[in-house]
Amino acid sequence: MTVILDKCFGGKQGAVNLAILAILLLVIFPLWLDLFRLGLIGKYVTYAFVAVSLVLLWGNGGILSLGQGMFFGLGGYCMAMFLKLEASDPISTKIQTTPGIPDFMDWNQITEIPWFWQPFKSFPLTVFFVLAVPTFLAFIIGYAMFKRRVGGVYFAIITQAIALILSILIVGQQGYTGGVNGITDLKTLLGWDIRTDSAKYVLYFINASLLIGVIILSNYVLSSKFGMLLLAMRDKEERVRFSGYDVSSFKIFIFCYAAMISAIGGAMFTLQIGFMSPSFVGIVPSIEMVIFAAVGGRMSLIGAVYGALLVNFGKTMFSENFPELWLFLMGGLFIAVVMFFPDGLAGVYRDHAKNFNLADWLIARYTKWFKKDANMLGDKV
Amino acid sequence: MFGYSMEEVGNIVVMQGFSGLSLFSVLLLMALGLAIIFGQMGVINMAHGEFMTVGAYTTVFLSKMAVEFDIVNSYFVFAIIAAFILAFFIGYFVEYALIRHLYKRPLDTLLATWGLSLVMQQIFRSTFGAKEVSAELPEWLLGSFKPTPDIDIPINGVFVMGLALIVTVGVYLFMFRSRGGLRIRATVQNRMMAGAVGINTQKVDRLTFALGCGIAGVAGAAFTTIASTGPTTGSLYIVDSFMVVVFGGAASLMGTIASAFGIAQAQSILQFFMTSSMGKVSTLMTIVIILMMRPEGLFASKVRK
Repeated sequence: MTVILDKCFGGKQGAVNLAILAILLLVIFPLWLDLFRLGLIGKYVTYAFVAVSLVLLWGNGGILSLGQGMFFGLGGYCMAMFLKLEASDPISTKIQTTPGIPDFMDWNQITEIPWFWQPFKSFPLTVFFVLAVPTFLAFIIGYAMFKRRVGGVYFAIITQAIALILSILIVGQQGYTGGVNGITDLKTLLGWDIRTDSAKYVLYFINASLLIGVIILSNYVLSSKFGMLLLAMRDKEERVRFSGYDVSSFKIFIFCYAAMISAIGGAMFTLQIGFMSPSFVGIVPSIEMVIFAAVGGRMSLIGAVYGALLVNFGKTMFSENFPELWLFLMGGLFIAVVMFFPDGLAGVYRDHAKNFNLADWLIARYTKWFKKDANMLGDKV
Repeated sequence: MFGYSMEEVGNIVVMQGFSGLSLFSVLLLMALGLAIIFGQMGVINMAHGEFMTVGAYTTVFLSKMAVEFDIVNSYFVFAIIAAFILAFFIGYFVEYALIRHLYKRPLDTLLATWGLSLVMQQIFRSTFGAKEVSAELPEWLLGSFKPTPDIDIPINGVFVMGLALIVTVGVYLFMFRSRGGLRIRATVQNRMMAGAVGINTQKVDRLTFALGCGIAGVAGAAFTTIASTGPTTGSLYIVDSFMVVVFGGAASLMGTIASAFGIAQAQSILQFFMTSSMGKVSTLMTIVIILMMRPEGLFASKVRK
């Protein structure tokens, strides 16, 4: 039991923190918020996937990717293509010149579904592509760069350029991608209407549970020997290389893993919000996603989730009420986090909540109820 | 070829090539500043585009003043100098307040300067409005001359090119033929030793950063002659200029010039034959692929990272 606890939850404290997050996402938010606000939270949770991926990649691996939005977007687009094909059946598109193809293709005088849309007629293939396309792209980029020992700022700049290329490509190829509007008017998933209230609740719970799952899996990755090596590579890459490890393969793996997590977030975004557009692919969203991880704490998986929730909550609040202040605040946040709180909220929590250990407090308080568990938890104490 | 006769293709290439030269000049001016800041100091300045915008707004502001005092034909030279000085001092202050705390954390510099660029964009928007503004150009910058009836070369393009040439030569002379440049290069090569022989390395850092920003200001002044300025103008050029510097090989002045030329020409000629987005995509894609094969850039010495 202790091994599982340490491996998957990051120890006692980690388990309690994760439990609090799970209760917050799965119980408190759904009970407390109305459906509209819950939808917003659901949207932020999809960004949290990217923030978690950046914690692994940037905080633990020291690899700053400014192209995570690209993987988020690719995952989202794969899902959106499937939903769009399902929504464009010949009956509901009979007013078009060519019924049975997505509306934006019809507007752009395309008369048949292009070859790269064909696989997205099947749901299992779509799920496979949601995970595989971003991972494969990450593999190519990672293989080309890490095998040549390109890292640090060069890697950041090049991933940024690739994100720019992809977003220009999507905007430019309107007939194949829906252009700047993206893929909109998504209706059903395998005949199940995703726009109803009950569907929204179901999707929210799937989304939040997936996030918890991803965090547990990532905890497992980080607590393995691989996680140790990742940290070692971040701090002394040459030394790890001279110890006989193949540094580039480790980096490629973590980059691919991070891309896959981001893609899950993107696909869930499409399902919950009902559209996907190039505004989630380019440079600006990709850098914003880095700030989620930075605010939450670049070393803390759970912190990153809170970072994503808080920054986006702030963004929604401010851009509704004081749109002109928002950029000041966002810019100031970047500067302040980097200058004064390099470890983000998780760092603040760690430094100032040291004397108040929630796990110990809970265990002490409910020690009678959890006698057995407490013994198990406390066997190191 | 694409349904044009050979002569037409020739004319198109000359004219597009020339509009490429204007883009080349602006990119070169931007990249020169970045080559100093990024290539020499290793600082990623994501707000570099905003320093260009500072220069552009300075020029626009001075041109409005010039219209009032009726000195439109002569103000431009002062505008260039003012743009340089203003951007220089803002850069000086930014280095003092922000950059110098982050020299050991290059990735964090990137985030902090991105934040700075957001703040600066919003300042531009609040001060000058969200709409694009353009400078009143002196008469001698307007119009074009025609070497043959089919070829049309705008004068402002020639001017911007001349300016870029002068600044490039100036930067070269400063970096490789002056005491100041010697200090900068010494600090970059070996900070400890430079300090030991009595160079104030902190001061050198600050001046280097400010100089790079100042040159971006000049780029902004040049930019006003070929396009109008908005709050986000600079951010449109930032990725391109980084690609120029990385592609050319970060520490090489020749490489920066060559890659600015290559990128600008490829973009503007391709943009005529394909759609503008595809022209840009194919240019950037080529650069990325070449960089994957040859990460150190075109003209760099054989060192890693």
